[in-house]
Amino acid sequence: MTADPRAPAAARNLDLDRLLAHHKLMWRIRAFEEAALRANTEKLVLGAIHPSIGQEGIAVGVCSNLRTDDILASTHRGHGHTLAKGANPTAMMRELLGREGGTSHGKGGSMHIADFSVGMLGANGVVAANIHITAGAAHAIKLRGEDRVACSIFGDGAINRGPFLEGLNWAKVFELPALFVCEDNGYASTTRTADMTAGKGPAARAEAIGLPAMEVDGNDVVALDEAVRDAVAAIRAGGGPRFINAKTYRLTGHTAADPDGYRARDDVAAAWKRCPITRLAQALADAGVRGDQLAAHERDAIEEMDAVYDDAKAAPWPPLDRAFADVQDIGDPRKDAY
Amino acid sequence: MVTMTYGEAAKNALHEEMQRDPTVWALGEDLRRGGVFGQYKGLPELYGPDRISDAPISEAAIMGVAVGAALSGTRPVVEMRFADFALCAVDELVNQAAKARYMFGGQAKVPIVVREPMGMWRSSAAQHSQSLESWYTHIPGLVVVCPSSPVDNYGLLKSAIRCDDPVVYMEHKNLWALEGEVDNNDPLPLGRCRFLRKGEDITLVSWSATVHEAMAAAETLTGEGASVEVIDLRTLWPWDKERVFDSVKKTGRLIVAHESVQAGGFGAEIAATVSDVLFGDLKAPVKRLGAPRVPIAYAPPLEDTVRVTAVMIAECARALMKE
Repeated sequence: MTADPRAPAAARNLDLDRLLAHHKLMWRIRAFEEAALRANTEKLVLGAIHPSIGQEGIAVGVCSNLRTDDILASTHRGHGHTLAKGANPTAMMRELLGREGGTSHGKGGSMHIADFSVGMLGANGVVAANIHITAGAAHAIKLRGEDRVACSIFGDGAINRGPFLEGLNWAKVFELPALFVCEDNGYASTTRTADMTAGKGPAARAEAIGLPAMEVDGNDVVALDEAVRDAVAAIRAGGGPRFINAKTYRLTGHTAADPDGYRARDDVAAAWKRCPITRLAQALADAGVRGDQLAAHERDAIEEMDAVYDDAKAAPWPPLDRAFADVQDIGDPRKDAY
Repeated sequence: MVTMTYGEAAKNALHEEMQRDPTVWALGEDLRRGGVFGQYKGLPELYGPDRISDAPISEAAIMGVAVGAALSGTRPVVEMRFADFALCAVDELVNQAAKARYMFGGQAKVPIVVREPMGMWRSSAAQHSQSLESWYTHIPGLVVVCPSSPVDNYGLLKSAIRCDDPVVYMEHKNLWALEGEVDNNDPLPLGRCRFLRKGEDITLVSWSATVHEAMAAAETLTGEGASVEVIDLRTLWPWDKERVFDSVKKTGRLIVAHESVQAGGFGAEIAATVSDVLFGDLKAPVKRLGAPRVPIAYAPPLEDTVRVTAVMIAECARALMKE
């Protein structure tokens, strides 16, 4: 029987502890993004940042079903994914500010945030590039006979690039342990994806390649959590790659610098009411969770990320010789730059 | 001492590296049939479909999958079939493979070998004949290798596979059948040139198939009483500056000859560097011999109009030695 999503939690068999953890993690992502936007306003983040405010449900719904040793490859809008995969926000914020102690030692910034120690193989500045990298990680997992899963999260704009076809085809041909999640926020940069996309959309394209595909409301973290749990279980059991299209809405501009003039204010205001945090808070309140407990998640997250931002501001620049490190072993530019 | 062809040398090197290291695997189109030039023949039977893997005609996926697999503990050998086709995978090579280690702050390396058969071969025309090695020398993070002989193809491919950097490994299609002696089982160092001939009057620097033109020119010039030093650069990045400098200091004259287009070719880099560092030692201007900036034609006589030949190298050398 399919439970009525408006029914009380007990009737939907909700795992309240798990959902409280989701609520808390979504607030931590929201607060991280708000701190990053503040850093941008204060001109301490100089490069582009792509906030994921409004899309926290996908980061949490997907990553909470991945083990630490599972692989995630992300996009330019990757802060939430990285945090949800288990990266340390202090190192992440230092990276956004280009400081010593950043995840990439200040060499990557927001668009190349990565933490290999938690299986996070990097945000990527090239749309759809993470699809091939995910297929490759999944290929290596299969060659090594491991039970890990590789996952990529990309935007709906990515389905018009070649790697969507080539990477999904590859994953299916080799029956790889890969989960592909399209974070479908309806916009490819600042252009409506529907205006530039033929056919029936991401899931239909994935199905045409032979991947079991499903559409999920990405702002309903309860539903997404279940969908990803089932997909990951099937993949880990050797069932081959799967595809999830998670509908969502980006509540800010494409970048911190984007005034978002192409969307009606009324639409954005309406979308705030469907934000995944608000929706989960409502479901939890309906299930009897006290309002002060939910408010504490927000307050604690803001406090944590304020401290993270303060730490990053106080952190030193990387030493200048770092610019020449980690290029290559043969022809190391510390000896051979010209 | 064993005699083998340039193609067999590479196959033997790959075979031995796959035997030595179970994380090495190869992927590319038609590999299960031995590769389009037969350079994998026999290996599918030895290593099975996982380690000598077929691939769809998806160069970008082949390269991108290799990057993901290299970041995840394996050492892929990527077969691009023709260097021209690798252009379909430039994002994956230049933006991903060459950048991942740096932009992720050294959290991982990308140990891939990208085999890109290059050069003019049997009326292959504009999309199957190019020599684009100089493009890759421009990209920080990449090592670029262009072997000219069986012994080097054997030893350098071994080193490329063992190297933790992404290596663009460009074999010349016209050399597959070239026979030569392979006198050791060890890898040869990347970044080291080979002196093919010692001499006092002029230095010829080349790589890949043009090395054989340089050697033929040296033979002719020697017959005319000149003493010619021939250097096979072998690795373009990093190039063996010190040994080239030592040679030019001695001879005072340098010609760099290559099959690729002269304008913006790697000869320009060598010429500029040598002119800068050794200005006072030069007895004549540094000369480059490369192809004119036109696509490569199909008809053999037209194809030949863009070839750098031994005759051209010898003629250029005679002129320089008058200075």
